[in-house]
Amino acid sequence: MALKQTASQTIGPFFRYCLTPESYGHAGIAGASLQAPGLKGEKIRIAGRIFDGAAAPVTDAVVEIWQADAEGVYPETAEPGKFAGFGRTGTDASGQFQFDTIKPGTVPGRGNAWQAPHIGVIVAARGMLGHIFTRLYFADEEVANAQDQVLASVPADRRRTLIATRGADGVYRFDIYLQGDDETVFFDV
Amino acid sequence: MTTKNMTNAGLPENEMPKNELSARDWSVHPPYFCETYKSTVLRSPRQKLIPIDHTLSETSGPGYGEPSIGTLGPDLTKSAVKNGLPLGERIIVGGRVLGEDGRPVPHTLLEIWQANAAGRYVHEADQHDAPLDPNFLGAGRCVTDADGRYSFISIKPGAYPWLNHPNAWRPAHIHFSLLGPSFSTRLITQMFFPGDPLLPLDPIYNAVPDEEARSRLVCDFSIELTKPQWALGYSFDIVLRGKRATPMEI
Repeated sequence: MALKQTASQTIGPFFRYCLTPESYGHAGIAGASLQAPGLKGEKIRIAGRIFDGAAAPVTDAVVEIWQADAEGVYPETAEPGKFAGFGRTGTDASGQFQFDTIKPGTVPGRGNAWQAPHIGVIVAARGMLGHIFTRLYFADEEVANAQDQVLASVPADRRRTLIATRGADGVYRFDIYLQGDDETVFFDV
Repeated sequence: MTTKNMTNAGLPENEMPKNELSARDWSVHPPYFCETYKSTVLRSPRQKLIPIDHTLSETSGPGYGEPSIGTLGPDLTKSAVKNGLPLGERIIVGGRVLGEDGRPVPHTLLEIWQANAAGRYVHEADQHDAPLDPNFLGAGRCVTDADGRYSFISIKPGAYPWLNHPNAWRPAHIHFSLLGPSFSTRLITQMFFPGDPLLPLDPIYNAVPDEEARSRLVCDFSIELTKPQWALGYSFDIVLRGKRATPMEI
């Protein structure tokens, strides 16, 4: 039986009391920290801001991430107190989001290829009729990045929009531009 | 669009990862830019999306089940009660989550949120001059059963005004968020109610290019789901991207 996909609609401005409901007294399914007791791997913080086409911060977006663990394994189940591989947070009044997680390992690509460490990123907001997918790569993985098939499929002059750079404070910065000269690369996944 | 018979590694299709998903169907999904929905003007990507041939990163996904429901369960009329039941018309909304191949999507999480009967959201940024209901939050979660079935009990949401254009009103709707079996099956959408006179005027609903795809965002009144002496029932099936048929399966 062939069915047609259900169409996407905007997440709208009023999702917080359901999707990131901590300030409304409820636990979300996932939050801004993916760290868990006993979790192996390098603890890292990722932070970024989201901007619209007029370079104004997007203050009402939700950001979700999906990643493998330090050994490159994607968790199959999301259980309380364990690494679920998934994080979700909202942007603040300055358009900023932040995740505390671990650096993912290399994961299998297509065929015999391996992929550079990366994190899948979804952004949804009012004014977006569908969510967008992008990928976060790490600037300090030059060798692996150079061999990554997905990065290779991106025009060279736009690859930098996918690469998080580590600041003096140790935080990986990953700003997302929805539109404009620096528009982030978004994927049809 | 990916080329059907070749991967980006040049491998034959039978060596592609398991659970390869069908493509996002752009004949049903709205484009990012929609002239009549003003907020899209500065928030829509203008560069062409770059296709990714699926890897484990796209075909795997978070596995949230029953434990994730927590304090926001499937009965929205009970989860925020302080001194009585919420006001408004009680409704039952149920249906199935299916893949494009018609197979049920079992044990998958749905998160829903909505305005109250007066058209007011609990969200702190909603300034609509309509009353909040102390006994209604408007958020719920449910996990599909083995047959992909879900069911919520709620209050029929009200229409509310917004500032998109003069005298703009959103038709009554419930927001749905689904993760599905993989990170690529993520779907965020809205369910509307049959016969709503605001539907032809709503830029968000009408941003869906295909009339048939639009009409599938409108639930059906269901006498089967209607519970005698208690509440009207509405059915709403959701179709996520399914597994792509491979030569091995045909």
